[in-house]
Amino acid sequence: MAKLLVEPTEKGLWCESACVHVDPWRPVEAAVVTHGHADHATPGCGRYIASPETASILRIRYGIKAPIDELAPGEFRDVGSARVSLHPAGHILGSTQVRIEASGSVTVVTGDYKTDPDPTCTPFECVECDALLTESTFGLPAFKWPSDADVFDAVNRWWRGNVEQGMNSVVFAYSLGKAQRVLAGVDASIGPILVHGAVDNMLAPYHEAGIGLPETRKALVEAAKESAGRALIIAPPSAAGTPWMRKFTPCSTAFASGWMAVRGTRRWRAVDRGFVISDHADWDGLLDTVQRSGAKFVGVTHGYTRQFSRYLRDELGIDAEPVATRYSGEGESESEDEQVPSKQVPASGGAS
Amino acid sequence: MKRFSRLVTELDSTTKSSAKQAALASYFREADPADGAWAVAIFTGRRLKRVVPYKELRALASEASGLPEWLVRECHSAVGDLSETISLILPRPQKGDDAPERTLTDIFEQRIRPMQRTDTSGKARILRESWSELDADERYVFHKLISGNFRIGVQKRSVVRALAEAFEVDPGVMAHRLSGRFEPTPEAFDALKAPEGEDPGSDAARPYPFYLASPIETLLGTGASSTDTVPVETIEAQLGPAWGWIAEWKWDGIRAQLIRRDGLGSDSIHRAMLWSRGEEEIAESFPEILSAASELPHGTVLDGEIVAFEHGSPLPFQALQRRLQRKQREALLFQDVPVVFMAYDVLEHEGEDLRERPLSERLEVLNRLLDRAQSDLLRRSEPVEHSTWEELERARSESRERNVEGLMLKLADSPYRVGRVRGDWWKWKVEPYTLDAVMVGAQLGHGRRASLFTDYTFALWDRDPQDEAAALVPIAKAYSGLTNQEIKSVDKFVRDHTVARHGPTRTVEPEMVFELAFEGIQESSRHKSGLALRFPRMARIRSDKTPEQADTMATARALLEYHRSPPGLSR
Repeated sequence: MAKLLVEPTEKGLWCESACVHVDPWRPVEAAVVTHGHADHATPGCGRYIASPETASILRIRYGIKAPIDELAPGEFRDVGSARVSLHPAGHILGSTQVRIEASGSVTVVTGDYKTDPDPTCTPFECVECDALLTESTFGLPAFKWPSDADVFDAVNRWWRGNVEQGMNSVVFAYSLGKAQRVLAGVDASIGPILVHGAVDNMLAPYHEAGIGLPETRKALVEAAKESAGRALIIAPPSAAGTPWMRKFTPCSTAFASGWMAVRGTRRWRAVDRGFVISDHADWDGLLDTVQRSGAKFVGVTHGYTRQFSRYLRDELGIDAEPVATRYSGEGESESEDEQVPSKQVPASGGAS
Repeated sequence: MKRFSRLVTELDSTTKSSAKQAALASYFREADPADGAWAVAIFTGRRLKRVVPYKELRALASEASGLPEWLVRECHSAVGDLSETISLILPRPQKGDDAPERTLTDIFEQRIRPMQRTDTSGKARILRESWSELDADERYVFHKLISGNFRIGVQKRSVVRALAEAFEVDPGVMAHRLSGRFEPTPEAFDALKAPEGEDPGSDAARPYPFYLASPIETLLGTGASSTDTVPVETIEAQLGPAWGWIAEWKWDGIRAQLIRRDGLGSDSIHRAMLWSRGEEEIAESFPEILSAASELPHGTVLDGEIVAFEHGSPLPFQALQRRLQRKQREALLFQDVPVVFMAYDVLEHEGEDLRERPLSERLEVLNRLLDRAQSDLLRRSEPVEHSTWEELERARSESRERNVEGLMLKLADSPYRVGRVRGDWWKWKVEPYTLDAVMVGAQLGHGRRASLFTDYTFALWDRDPQDEAAALVPIAKAYSGLTNQEIKSVDKFVRDHTVARHGPTRTVEPEMVFELAFEGIQESSRHKSGLALRFPRMARIRSDKTPEQADTMATARALLEYHRSPPGLSR
């Protein structure tokens, strides 16, 4: 993997020249963390480098006490013999890509990213580089996202329709990132909004960052009673089918995820509605990023790695190959991130 | 087409069957009779022909989307449904406002029918034209129609109920009207709207809706498995005294309705008709039964089972299967595999619908009919005499020796109901055979399970597993029997323990043991193990067992010997 300035090891993506791991999956001495989802942020490291918002999530969510070097996006830091900087990834609040410059070559590790606009985080910024390590969660042309306006129009219509029938509306969305994006997108004048405890816990970093979100209440029995038949409830997918849901009957259920673009996964989830709201880039977003980066070599991780790298090689003539990381979902016990379909069924992940 | 595609989207936007039924009812109420007829045909599973083979469809989609074919195949395998895949990858429609609006009927008459009559290039042309006229949702529906596979998660039962609701007819009556043949014509649709009792121009071949028995294990509550034993005490407590019930052997054959009515035809074979439970016309396969039935009086409908039968006892089901396979329908085979119609109910006598009469009364009519017919091929499924549940349990334990599947229990004074209504008919099957086998391979599922490993290959040891040379021999594939929760855990196991990949299939480390349940076992030259299991499914995950504690081929062969000639049965 001489083409990239990082290489996968037992513990994570190791960068020799900077002597740090990027998004390690085991505790290491020094970690650069792209964002606060569990499969990218590992507690127990000696020290961290992260954006200020991610730093705040690391402290609130994982209780990390170790020193965190807060590096504002766009600022450079000399680390070992390398220059490291962070650049907005547009995935969730605080998410960044990592740019590493060493011995005259530039590598960008995208982390998770999306190119579509999202009011809850800084928009993705394409960074030129020699070598790119990109994710490919939705690296197939079957995945093309509808516009936010269309999707939230559908969400609002569904919610309003349910209110007319005296039903609550429950949206399952990952508690960090997706839940807040749904909050920011819905028309709060339709009715009261309640949130599951796991979602409520993750609102603080957003308030801290000054992101405008509608007023919400914790979805306790009392709140459920007061807003019965009108409420929009936002809960992590792990809450589906649990006794916690009982206080909202009768309700219509929905799931917010890029996977909802496919009927089969929607039916497997056994929800009434699937809203295509993804925090990852779709096929066009991935291709656009690869091409605009100008990278001569592209490593592909997380998702449809084999298919996406083959397309880059065979059809676009870009040197590309899959890079095995733990972000590909296998062998993980807890993750709130969007995973390959098999893992996004509510396993043990979700509300902590 | 817009309206129909909106209906499909509505059906897809809810998991509640009441909401699906309401959406269907409102469609049928508003539908133009021609469109309504097509919709009924589609939703009741009248077989659509595949107009364009998958391969051609994929190639054309590849061309239209500018994507290489291998990538279209990858998308197909991720999405799990070709119709949907293609609607996802095609460029968004450039449909102008002047594009003609076609009805569902137009789609069949102006698009699908011409496609059936033309060659590959003609089909491609029509397909491209259609793509340019249809939006993404309509394209999905259109692909479903031309690929001959329109399963979209709507049960026939909901369709029957929706039609009943829309036209204010009793659901049982509607089920009857929809039984048998249905030509998608406006007249056929209008006939469904007729008020009760005014059935216009009833088809002489029309069967009655079958009444289906419930598994007795469901007396144990939800979550009971077909391998659970139901104690006689439970049966007695819930079904009451045994004398109120008529018991019969549960034949291992093909459930069928035998219809003898004038107006069907004049020669001996065509005066009668046979329908299978899936409402397929199976008359052609069993001409001797039709001949025998031609002697029955006009206006007779019998419910029963076609059973391979020789020297006074039934043959294994496999024999019968050969009769259904088209290629081998020669006279020789008819002699080779003799069959009988084992009648157990009469639904119509002298043209009168008897279904509301008590079973005991219907059986008297049946006995008289069969006595008069005097045919070896039309036999009465004799009741199993008993006075207590214990006696029935003993009788049931002889099922294997008799080559039957167990017992049927029918309430003596019950009417003949429509569909699977719990309460009056129970099937009390003999417990299935079981083997503990090791999972050695897995394959991605289909449809909504396309993203999960749901189809597994199981193996048995070829010798004592303690022996160092012991190897696992694949014996069966199974994909049913697990809960969704269990599927998730097995899927994770497969991903974490893959040792080799071959396309969609994976070889996994032989670690998990499953109890396989199956109905029979026979020799097979097509299987590496030399054995084939009938209806294998997973009864439970044996997490308490290590792979070394799984069964051996010797155990399976012993079952084969037993299955072939159970003790106490002389042939």
